[in-house]
Amino acid sequence: MATAVMTSLDTKSRAASRGMSDIRIRNLFIIPTILFLIVFNIFPLIYSLGYSFTDFRASSNAPVNFVGLQNYRELLNDPFIWSNFAITAKYVIVSVTGQVIVGFGTAMLLNRDIPMKGLLTTLLLLPMMLSMAVVGLFWKLLYDPSFGIINYTLGLGSFEWLSNPDVALYAVAITDIWMWSPFVMLLSLAGLSAVPKHLYEAAAIDRAGPFYTFFRITLPLVAPILMIAIIFRTMEAFKTFDLAYILTSQPTTEVISIRLYKMAFQEWQTGRSCALAYIVLIMILAITNIYVKYLNKVKER
Amino acid sequence: MRKTMTGLIAGVGLMWACGTSAQAQELTIFWAEWDPANYLQELANEYEAETGVKVTVETTPWSDFQTKAFTEFNAKGSAYDLVVGDSQWIGAASEAGHYVDLTEFFTKHNLTQVMAPATVKYYSEYPANSKKYWSVPAEGDAVGWSYRKDWFEDPKEMEAFKAKYGYDLAPPKTWAQMRDIAEFFHRPDQKRYGIAIYTDNSYDGLVMGVENAIFSFGGELGDYQNYKVDGIVNSEKNVKALELYRELYGFTPPGWAKSFFVENNQAITENLAAMSMNYFAFFPALVNEASNPNAKVTGFFANPAGPNGEQFAALGGQGISIISYSKNQEEAMKFLEWFIKDETQKRWAELGGYTASAKVLESPEFQNATPYNKAFYETMFKVKDFWATPEYAELLIQMNQRIYPFVTAGQGSAKEALDALAADWNATFKKYGRNK
Repeated sequence: MATAVMTSLDTKSRAASRGMSDIRIRNLFIIPTILFLIVFNIFPLIYSLGYSFTDFRASSNAPVNFVGLQNYRELLNDPFIWSNFAITAKYVIVSVTGQVIVGFGTAMLLNRDIPMKGLLTTLLLLPMMLSMAVVGLFWKLLYDPSFGIINYTLGLGSFEWLSNPDVALYAVAITDIWMWSPFVMLLSLAGLSAVPKHLYEAAAIDRAGPFYTFFRITLPLVAPILMIAIIFRTMEAFKTFDLAYILTSQPTTEVISIRLYKMAFQEWQTGRSCALAYIVLIMILAITNIYVKYLNKVKER
Repeated sequence: MRKTMTGLIAGVGLMWACGTSAQAQELTIFWAEWDPANYLQELANEYEAETGVKVTVETTPWSDFQTKAFTEFNAKGSAYDLVVGDSQWIGAASEAGHYVDLTEFFTKHNLTQVMAPATVKYYSEYPANSKKYWSVPAEGDAVGWSYRKDWFEDPKEMEAFKAKYGYDLAPPKTWAQMRDIAEFFHRPDQKRYGIAIYTDNSYDGLVMGVENAIFSFGGELGDYQNYKVDGIVNSEKNVKALELYRELYGFTPPGWAKSFFVENNQAITENLAAMSMNYFAFFPALVNEASNPNAKVTGFFANPAGPNGEQFAALGGQGISIISYSKNQEEAMKFLEWFIKDETQKRWAELGGYTASAKVLESPEFQNATPYNKAFYETMFKVKDFWATPEYAELLIQMNQRIYPFVTAGQGSAKEALDALAADWNATFKKYGRNK
């Protein structure tokens, strides 16, 4: 047996010495990957950073002038841009909070012995498997004031969801909550199933109430995984484009991504839109950083 | 061996020569996805039968048209030889060198006389009054109106209308009459509504809708020569026009805040509204019983006059331009020479395309061909358009941002919206050094 192992190892080492050394593996797989990343990720990132300091317009053949921080200065002083950021922030808060409440609540309900639990979980996951465009068009029909099923079911008559500037953002957020709560549910379910049963048994012996059990055992143990779900959903909600664009064209739903798209591809203010993209990037990085720090604190506890 | 080699080289040479010639025998025209593009393809098939040059009309949905076209222009791509580009693009595309200068072509073929004057002014010339031309008017279009003849001609309705407003119910001659008729037919309890107007603020829908009112009220968007907007775009006439447009919005079907050409035809086909605003290019679907169950009872009228009798309409439609990066410019020029011929323009109109040829437009044959051609003819001689400067897209977005909240949600006043718009446009023109 020992001889056989030795022979096998010898064969492997011979194969390695024939050419599949670490250096060869690095040259064959890692270097091309790094080059690919540099060409398609890092280079455009740096290139667009350069453009953000110019008055470059992709639609024009005019010479490109260096304008320093002018794009950044103008953007940060533009009340429309701040209004777009405010709309985005409101959307992120409503949408992510809704997803956490609905997703975590559903996970709590599913984290018990119920019939056809597997089928139910799979069915609940369906919304997040659909394409954004399909969901947008589907919900547009649901919200329709003339024949939409939402008004019919709730007895709202011809209440306008998407045309009403005060409600349109919430209508988009409701759609997002419907679509992405299953994602939070899935992660929460994984966290809940990992909570050791003996903790609940000990709590039951100590006659702890359901609230005490939830706040002292369930939530602290699920919190790290829930935080990961919140980080992902916050980043995604901050970048929302499709749903808001398809569902409504209200100024009150013009999140920052839509403004960025219009600036870059309708107005062709390429340099300025690069600057805006960097401002958005910095904001997402800052928010994510805060979350990660909080996540680490939660983990330490 | 030498013979074989010679034969081989000759064969390769022949293949190369044939390849080059075959390449020049094909042209690609880029346009948006709509019926006129299908008519153009039919016309182009006749060109192929005549000349052997295959012409393909490649289309993309309207929502992508501008982005896709300019992305190709910016990349200096030669995928398309000609483009039937929107009228507002002409400044951006000509200044950036994307379009071939057709001034010589215009002079040679006397196109300023051959085509209807307004079409030359808005589809072809840039800068305004410069006598420099960048496209040949191809699809003439403007905004007109369709209405439900059966609703209008119902004796009970006519009697009730006369009793309420003191004059006969008929297609409106003025915007004030249109408001009355919209109010009269607005019956939400019966799921019948007064009017369908453009409200979509993602491109030029709402802006063109409002332009119909502004121009007919005697207003302007600014002085296109010197970029002056103060006191023009926010003039008293424009304020009144915008207020009336807002009032009309109150008589539209529910959820009408993002409606454009598709929805406005649906308003007639689905018995929603008494009157509906739309481009003439979409009217063929309304006289077709297959697409409109109310085809027999659908009537048409030109944009009504304002309070002082002025009557204008917002220009739609496009000119056809040769793209500078095309490798088949000579062939494209030949196609344009064929396209502007009287018999081709006549055929273009027969197929359903809206010719801009003054001679064809004036002919009784054209005017009697459909129930709306007469209204189209009348409208094409009194159209006005949006700014065609390279920064038109910024101006369009600013106008949408300012007037949309007022029209659809009644936020602020018309005066405030237009004053703010004047300030935005001034700042934009200043940024690009237009109004020094």
